[in-house]
Amino acid sequence: MTDIKQTPDASVSDNIPTHAIDIELLARGRNTRQVADETPCLKVQGLNLFYGKKQALYDVDMVIPKQRVTAYIGPSGCGKSTLLRCINRMNDLVDGVHIDGKILLDEQNIYDKSVNVADLRRRVGMVFQKPNPFPKSIYENVAYGLRLQGIKDRRTMDEVVENALKSAALWDEVKDRLHDSAFGLSGGQQQRLVIARAIAIEPEVLLLDEPASALDPISTLKIEELIYELKNKYTIVIVTHNMQQAARVSDYTAFMYMGKLIEYGDTNTLFTNPDQKQTEDYITGRYG
Amino acid sequence: MIRQWFKSGNPWIWLTASAVSVSLILVFGLLLLIAARGLGHFWPATVWEYDYKNQDNSVVRLVGEIHDEEAVSAQRLREAGLTIEGGEDVTRYLLKTGNRDVLGQDFRWILEPGIQDMRKPQTLLAIERREWGNLYGYLSAVQENQQTVAAGEDAWESLQQRLQRATALFAQIRELEKGEIGSINYGLERLRLRERGLELENNTDPAEQERITRERAALNADYAGLQKRLTDLYTDINRDQILVTVSTGETVTVSLAKVVHAYRPNAMSLFDKLVFYMAKVWEFVSDEPREANTEGGIFPAIFGTVMMVIIMSIMVVPFGVVAAVYLREYAKQGPMTQLIRIAVNNLAGVPSIVYGVFGLGFFVYFLGGNLDQLFFPEALPTPTFGTPGLLWASLTLALLTVPVVIVATEEGLSRIPKSVREGSLALGATKAETLWRTVLPMASPAIMTGLILAIARAAGEVAPLMLVGVVKLAPSLPLDGNIPFLHLDRKFMHLGFHIYDVGFQSPNVEAARPLVYATALLLVLVIVALNLAAIAIRNRLREKYRALEN
Repeated sequence: MTDIKQTPDASVSDNIPTHAIDIELLARGRNTRQVADETPCLKVQGLNLFYGKKQALYDVDMVIPKQRVTAYIGPSGCGKSTLLRCINRMNDLVDGVHIDGKILLDEQNIYDKSVNVADLRRRVGMVFQKPNPFPKSIYENVAYGLRLQGIKDRRTMDEVVENALKSAALWDEVKDRLHDSAFGLSGGQQQRLVIARAIAIEPEVLLLDEPASALDPISTLKIEELIYELKNKYTIVIVTHNMQQAARVSDYTAFMYMGKLIEYGDTNTLFTNPDQKQTEDYITGRYG
Repeated sequence: MIRQWFKSGNPWIWLTASAVSVSLILVFGLLLLIAARGLGHFWPATVWEYDYKNQDNSVVRLVGEIHDEEAVSAQRLREAGLTIEGGEDVTRYLLKTGNRDVLGQDFRWILEPGIQDMRKPQTLLAIERREWGNLYGYLSAVQENQQTVAAGEDAWESLQQRLQRATALFAQIRELEKGEIGSINYGLERLRLRERGLELENNTDPAEQERITRERAALNADYAGLQKRLTDLYTDINRDQILVTVSTGETVTVSLAKVVHAYRPNAMSLFDKLVFYMAKVWEFVSDEPREANTEGGIFPAIFGTVMMVIIMSIMVVPFGVVAAVYLREYAKQGPMTQLIRIAVNNLAGVPSIVYGVFGLGFFVYFLGGNLDQLFFPEALPTPTFGTPGLLWASLTLALLTVPVVIVATEEGLSRIPKSVREGSLALGATKAETLWRTVLPMASPAIMTGLILAIARAAGEVAPLMLVGVVKLAPSLPLDGNIPFLHLDRKFMHLGFHIYDVGFQSPNVEAARPLVYATALLLVLVIVALNLAAIAIRNRLREKYRALEN
């Protein structure tokens, strides 16, 4: 009790969270671009999603640009993960899910009946919140997707595995123990392994569902650097709870609330000069 | 004070710990009992010679091993019509006198007061015979072609050498009969079936007929050759015989062809006895039974049990896993799947004899009968698969244990983290690929647990087997050198049924009782070994597929 009385700043920091200031610092100096000027990769059109009777997404419309990092932010339960999982049809696995609307990948609706879901997921890779390596060796984890495609040639396989691990900045740490169990790696290494596994099959889009939330700060930093590298090749969509992270890694940010897309624009503008009151309240820490 | 003690939780620790100790004591007590009763049987016991006064005051000489002893009240014996002096308890001994062919029985009770003198003569000979049980007596002479070649102390030396020769010859004879002549008989039977098959097809191709005739002639010629060798061997083995003076003073002639072991138990040192004991135990586990299963070994029963369990495992695992995968992964979860689960669980509780009846009715008579009609018409009316056999016994037990495997596999599948499945799907794997490449390997320890439980249940089952394939004595093993090597249609022997048979169906219950314990011990050991093997495999799989702990 005495502590609080002794620090007069306590009441001030309640109103203006310190991270709000950090975000401005971090976002400063970025180019201001417009989504409309970019080459589109994914188009979400009038997407509504229901879990049974409960609606989880309301009429989402957005264009995700090619080879950029797009971040979804918003409070827990706002539907950002649900939206992300719509992009590779991961929600199909949930019982009683019903989806209206379209998501166009290269102008083709991924919810069309003619689409092969396995092919779609090969084009749209995904990395989950917790590292989920398979109970196999490091090598076999990365080779998993290739083996699914029926690639058997040893030399091709070695090459792809090496490249994927290098792209995921993991090669130097594991090159001497490729055939050891993946469980022997640390959490951060496992997450990079999972990213390597995803990019080994060269997807067009990479979905990251809070990829660093289960990791320590140093591993988080490595993942963020990795995202920065990967954006040259892949379209990346990332869900994050951490607004500094969104500000650091993304080019575009979408703020979601209660299943609705509230505001979507380039990261710099969204964090420094949001249009919507709700966005401002959220990024300044008034709720969420 | 007491309340505090109760609150501290100590009483519960004591209660739970004592429950564990009681279980442990029971298990070890059981093992100890059957081990002690069973293993003692093979020890070469001292053979006593008694001067025994019968009730009619005639004094006889008795020779035998003490098999059992008990205290009986004098009163009871008097009521039975015996004259006993004194009012105390009387000890009486069950004497294994052997010499069934001379005395008419192997065992008799003698009363302690009747014993006038007891000795353990060093030269007393115990002979284990292939027929008629043990023979006890004094070796008087060794004969070759009816001519005495050694007598007195030399006879013992001579007997040992000649017995070695006879044992070797006997092994040759058996090898010939079981191996080569067995093969020829098998070949002849196949030729007969082929011929009958042609006849049924109305095929009168002379070339084919001629080939059969030729092959048969070749086999018959082989057989004639072997038959001659066999006759020679028999003449050889019957060359030697011994003369033994038994307790009644009669002299008995024993051909060495009929002798398994001959030894002087009273003259053996501890080391000799130990060596003899080991040899007997080895014989027990590796040899075939003799004398209506009361003597010799139980190897065919061990072999049959293991064989049946292995075949059952091969059938039950794929079936159970496939069923569990459908129930857990593909079927829409709802009241229907719940109902099926309840039904599967209840199936595990159905008494095993019911499965036996089902196996007999469905597998043996219906399936087997139809298979015979379709594929083995030439053998009819002798059934091939339409009769109890190894295949049907294994299938019946697989049916009996499949619920266990289903339940365990479902349990294992439900424990695979969703994240791993999603990881696989996100890489473009279909559901089937995910199941095959990731989920099933990760569930394999659970599948092995199911198999362990299935083995534990199946190996100990006897009742259904009596209906679907187990016999008291099988002439040949289900696995041998004749094509197709594994004979699923054959009847087989089983340790569990062997215990029942030896213990309750044997003509000589008294002699067989220790074998019941020894066989029971062996059955337990076989089950333990099978389980340990499965557990070892499971632990290796567990280590390999240790799921995400973090």
